[in-house]
Amino acid sequence: MIEWSLFSESWPQYAAGLWLTLQLTVFALAAGLVCAIPLAVLRVSPNPWVHGPVWLYGYFFRGTPMLVQLLLMYYGLGQFEWMQAQWADGNRFWLVLRDPYGCALLTFALNTCAYTIEILAGALRATPHGEIEAARACGMSRFTMLRRILLPGALRRALPAYSNEIIFMLHGTAIASTITLVDLTGAARNAYSQFFAPFEAFVFAGLIYLALTFALVGLFRLAERRWLAHLQPRKALHKPA
Amino acid sequence: MLYGYFPSLLAGAWVTLQVALLSLLLALALGLAGASSRLSSHAVLRLPATAYTTVVRGIPDLVMMLLVFYGGQMAVNRVTDALGWDYVDVNPFVAGVATLGFIFGAYFTETFRGAFLAVPVGQLEAGRAYGMSRAQVFRRILVPQMLRHALPGLGNNWQVMQKSTALVSIIGLSDITWLADQAGRTTREPFVFYLAVCVFYLALTALSGLALRWLEGRYSVGVRKATA
Repeated sequence: MIEWSLFSESWPQYAAGLWLTLQLTVFALAAGLVCAIPLAVLRVSPNPWVHGPVWLYGYFFRGTPMLVQLLLMYYGLGQFEWMQAQWADGNRFWLVLRDPYGCALLTFALNTCAYTIEILAGALRATPHGEIEAARACGMSRFTMLRRILLPGALRRALPAYSNEIIFMLHGTAIASTITLVDLTGAARNAYSQFFAPFEAFVFAGLIYLALTFALVGLFRLAERRWLAHLQPRKALHKPA
Repeated sequence: MLYGYFPSLLAGAWVTLQVALLSLLLALALGLAGASSRLSSHAVLRLPATAYTTVVRGIPDLVMMLLVFYGGQMAVNRVTDALGWDYVDVNPFVAGVATLGFIFGAYFTETFRGAFLAVPVGQLEAGRAYGMSRAQVFRRILVPQMLRHALPGLGNNWQVMQKSTALVSIIGLSDITWLADQAGRTTREPFVFYLAVCVFYLALTALSGLALRWLEGRYSVGVRKATA
């Protein structure tokens, strides 16, 4: 006794939800990565005044649940009169924080940025010392060395850990449904309350997430074969006759 | 403190802690069972375990929790209807612990599998050669060494797991997040209360970090470290 009408009637909502989930995931990851690259460089600085603030930011965002961060951003900020005044004035910049879409995107980007900084910082620290000495011996400036030697190597080494972060983010966006957004999970929750068929509603959404996850894992396997080719197990040159 | 809501938040923190620890126990049990089945030579055991870890790790925890909570209620209703019993309520606490344990059991399965494989086979053979039973080899040789390899992975998963407990507030369990939400609505100062929740989670993750460092030190006694 499967509630088939749920699929035939709700699929457009699921499709719209999938689109929102993909938008949130892609935009948050892109913004998070762009900010994380320079911050990771600061994070590995030996100067405590430089790496301290970056560490503190990461400590907060990695030590608290993303759900609470999202609620803090969406419901919490409205308590301040100053913020309410900005909203009443129609200040474009601050109005982003009244909009659930803006809040979700900002929270997800800040969260993934914090994790990505740690991944990249770990990869930067793993740079073989000989590469740095060679770059210095060639007379490269610090910036040139960063651009040509440190970052390309670190970004490659970060690839396996970063692929996990991408999947975490895809799954993490499911909490957007708690601040009125209708993402894939939100569509499933609506379909559930409309048809009162929890299995159909949530299994359908779960299968779509599963397919997305598999697609991402496959893509990253290809990417690792391309950019981490030097770490692949060596293929036999001569096949035994 | 906190407009008189401090005791209420403390009670919520206790609920969160209970959810976290009970689901940790469940996940450890499932992880050990899963890893043993994944390493089994029988396909009947291996395939379901592989399917379990693959499917669970591909679905968001919130979707799984909603499925277990609402779907579980429906399944229970069907059973009680068929048997002519009274209505049985599916408790959000049970649903939350079951879901988190089930999800993280899949992650622990992978961690334990790698750790089991990291113990040299020769040591297990040596144990057998000394006349130890299979259970003795498991308890005296495999587990103590396996734990050393498993601890970093278990620690990472535990840190993720603690933060996932906040999701139980969505299915209506009065954990710290849910109570902070209520207090924030009543006092119209949600920022203060959500920030208090953040402080709680920061303290929890910091404490866990210390405990894990101690455990890792304990299980690595006798292993020489490379010092630069």
